[in-house]
Amino acid sequence: MITTTAIESTAELTEQERAQAARLEAVWREPTGFWGWFKAVHHTTIGKRYAVTAFGFFLLAGLLAGGMRLQLAFPEAHILSNDLYNQFFTMHGSTMMFLFAVPMMFEAMSVYLVPLMVGTRNIAFPRLNAYSYYLYLFGGLMFYVAFACNTGADRGWFSYVPLAGPDYGPGKRPDFWAQLITFTEVSGLAVAVETIVTVFKLRAPGMSLNRIPIFVWGQVVVAFMVIFSLPGVVLSSTMLLMDRTCNTQFFNPAAGGDVLLYQHLFWWFGHPEVYIIFIPGAAIISTIVTSFSRRHVFGYLVLVLSLVATGFMAFGLWVHHMFATGIPQIAESYFTAASMVIAIPTGAQVFCWIATIATGKVVLKTPMWWAIGFFFVFIMGGMTGMFVASVPVDLQVHDTYFVVAHFHYVLIGGAVFPLFGAITYWFPKVTGRMLNETLGQLTFWLFFIGFNITFFPMHLVGIRGMPRRVYTYQPNMGWTTLNQVESLGYVLLFLAVCVLLVNVSRSLRSGAIAGPNPWNAGTLEWATSSPPPQYNFLHLPTVNGREALWDAAPNQPIVAGLPDDARSFLITRTLDAEPEGRDEFPGPTIWPFLAAVATSIAFIGSIFTPWGITIGAIPVAITMIGWFWPERQPAQRRRAREIWQSE
Amino acid sequence: MAERVERPVLDVSRLPTVGFGSRSITWWGIMGMMAIEGTVFVLMIASYFYLHSRNSEWPPHRNPPDLLWGTVNLVLFLISVVPSEWYRRRARKGDLRAVQIGLVLVSLFGIGNVIVRYFELWHLNTDWSIDAYGSAVWTLMGLHVLHLLTDLVDTIVLTVIFFTPLVEGKRFQDAEENAAYWYFVVGFWIPIYLVIYWAPRWLHA
Repeated sequence: MITTTAIESTAELTEQERAQAARLEAVWREPTGFWGWFKAVHHTTIGKRYAVTAFGFFLLAGLLAGGMRLQLAFPEAHILSNDLYNQFFTMHGSTMMFLFAVPMMFEAMSVYLVPLMVGTRNIAFPRLNAYSYYLYLFGGLMFYVAFACNTGADRGWFSYVPLAGPDYGPGKRPDFWAQLITFTEVSGLAVAVETIVTVFKLRAPGMSLNRIPIFVWGQVVVAFMVIFSLPGVVLSSTMLLMDRTCNTQFFNPAAGGDVLLYQHLFWWFGHPEVYIIFIPGAAIISTIVTSFSRRHVFGYLVLVLSLVATGFMAFGLWVHHMFATGIPQIAESYFTAASMVIAIPTGAQVFCWIATIATGKVVLKTPMWWAIGFFFVFIMGGMTGMFVASVPVDLQVHDTYFVVAHFHYVLIGGAVFPLFGAITYWFPKVTGRMLNETLGQLTFWLFFIGFNITFFPMHLVGIRGMPRRVYTYQPNMGWTTLNQVESLGYVLLFLAVCVLLVNVSRSLRSGAIAGPNPWNAGTLEWATSSPPPQYNFLHLPTVNGREALWDAAPNQPIVAGLPDDARSFLITRTLDAEPEGRDEFPGPTIWPFLAAVATSIAFIGSIFTPWGITIGAIPVAITMIGWFWPERQPAQRRRAREIWQSE
Repeated sequence: MAERVERPVLDVSRLPTVGFGSRSITWWGIMGMMAIEGTVFVLMIASYFYLHSRNSEWPPHRNPPDLLWGTVNLVLFLISVVPSEWYRRRARKGDLRAVQIGLVLVSLFGIGNVIVRYFELWHLNTDWSIDAYGSAVWTLMGLHVLHLLTDLVDTIVLTVIFFTPLVEGKRFQDAEENAAYWYFVVGFWIPIYLVIYWAPRWLHA
């Protein structure tokens, strides 16, 4: 491993710097012990928890997929009952979308990496961040406890009415689904606000808008999309819950309601959701391609504008999920055109990546392999996306396995391939140790081949008319062989993930020591030791170019003058990142955890009675007031040193 | 060990610690919350009109909500902006007395709004469970009630803090931002009032 960046390791620290590090260490130390776990507020701690939890849900949902593949490997099989199969595919889809994809690609990545990449010491609103994690965790646990009690959601990952409504969805299964949405949306929205504020106000001096790393741009675009799209599903799932528990009539046609209102609101969120998952993937690819092509990325401005354009356009496509619902033809034409247009910014990104690779000195390590796999798989998915954007084709393949194949190509291609690349790429930063290269490449090839064996035949079986969401099929349909091939592919995917887990567990114990910057990359997270200390940077950095470490001047200035007896941070201006103020992060506390417990009781209670929300709001309010109540000592310390802005 | 060259530093020790508006981190947080909640309001209003487009009669078989209490609340909300804006401006100067008085006044206004809201709910002339129109009216109202109550509790807690020795610059930032959030609650009442009270009358004609 070569480390050429001019970053001091501990051995080179002066006496003075050692003393400073000790002071920062004392101020930033996360609490220890059993209760300490519930008080932690540092973004690296919470980010790791998000990542591990989301990966746990990924494994669970993957096992559910295995159950489905086993069932479908043989015609007229009875390994899973039809009822259990319904729960399996709904739990699989809902988990992958709400408990894995968004929490992993957005929350985990953003919370861990964005503050490091912009050169600050914590994420904005660290207590809100802790609160968001606990809500996410509790929501997921609730969902799986219900599943273990035979109350797993079973109406598809979008829980359409009327199937999920009070007339056709008896029991509590759709209610648990609706509240899972509530839990995950609150956590997603919280992280969205934290991300935007961190990037807008906490960047290192010199990191003007045109120097923000593309990965960070991607997460900001996603954060804005979360803010404007999630309210759609907030409303649709709340209306669903209210129709079921307090007799509102939103989706009851007999009382002036309308089932398509549900679909409009759901897809107002659901389509941007696809890009919420994909944009971080694209941003990861830009990062990996830059680092492993050993040059500044080609077309930075095009890449950033493509991400922003995708973010806007994603809000104009939702009706293409509803082509089969009998909407007016003029609307169909518009949404077909819009669906075609969104391929343009993605295409522009692909060309920039190709140009970067073609003109760089490519280093073919595991993360780069995942990027190459991403090109192949995602572009395949994009192609079939163009097919289904066209109304006649869509009507033909609607609700068949062709669609299943299409969205697994875009979602696994657009998110899981970049994610596995990202795991290999940032594992050394997070843990301080390298993953094994041989095992990493073995994972890649097993996954890449297994993926195509599993999902490519789904196009064919879909064209042959096999519908989605059927628990079995007759032997004379001509689908048996293709289904068996798909199930064999699953075995390879399973092995790939096993190898990854072995690699991770071995490397955690005995992997090669990574050092601060094992890939010799250019962004700021590599400017500090691996894993980063809890104050992130001994000296807050300043930035001189798009790749902060590659472009640093020989004597790049550092920030001085922040008090090191408090969790101080620097506020900079949004556009040019000129320093404009100082503030303090709040420290560790149990309140966000207590507030999350109170909120969870209210959410889960409302599945059973509307009073759950009204009475449940009281403990929520009490814990929130406890959380916001100022502490005397820090208040006095701050007051003694206050400098007010001049008007 | 070789002599180390001192790295140049960017000294930030004289930068302000108390800033208002876009200089304050929490101001940005509040703006984010407003963007989220504003989108919820807008989508709920859109849903109201979507449901209207699916019904031949609106409101179906009954009178629109009575105008009196909703209009009283609108007037009350608009008047409350005066003390609110006054203490918001004084907060930027660190005027403790003015902020205390302003917060008490706005808390009282909030309590008044909640009382009038109670009467409003009795004069909506519909129930949430009769039909989709009723569900939409009550949900719109419920969303606004939720925001009104949240901000009222916030304002009262902040008022209490302002009478303790815990006051510092950050609390003046809070006061300024609390006023901004109140404007959001007031500002969204205008379209919601028009939708709940006037849309059925205009659409009916």
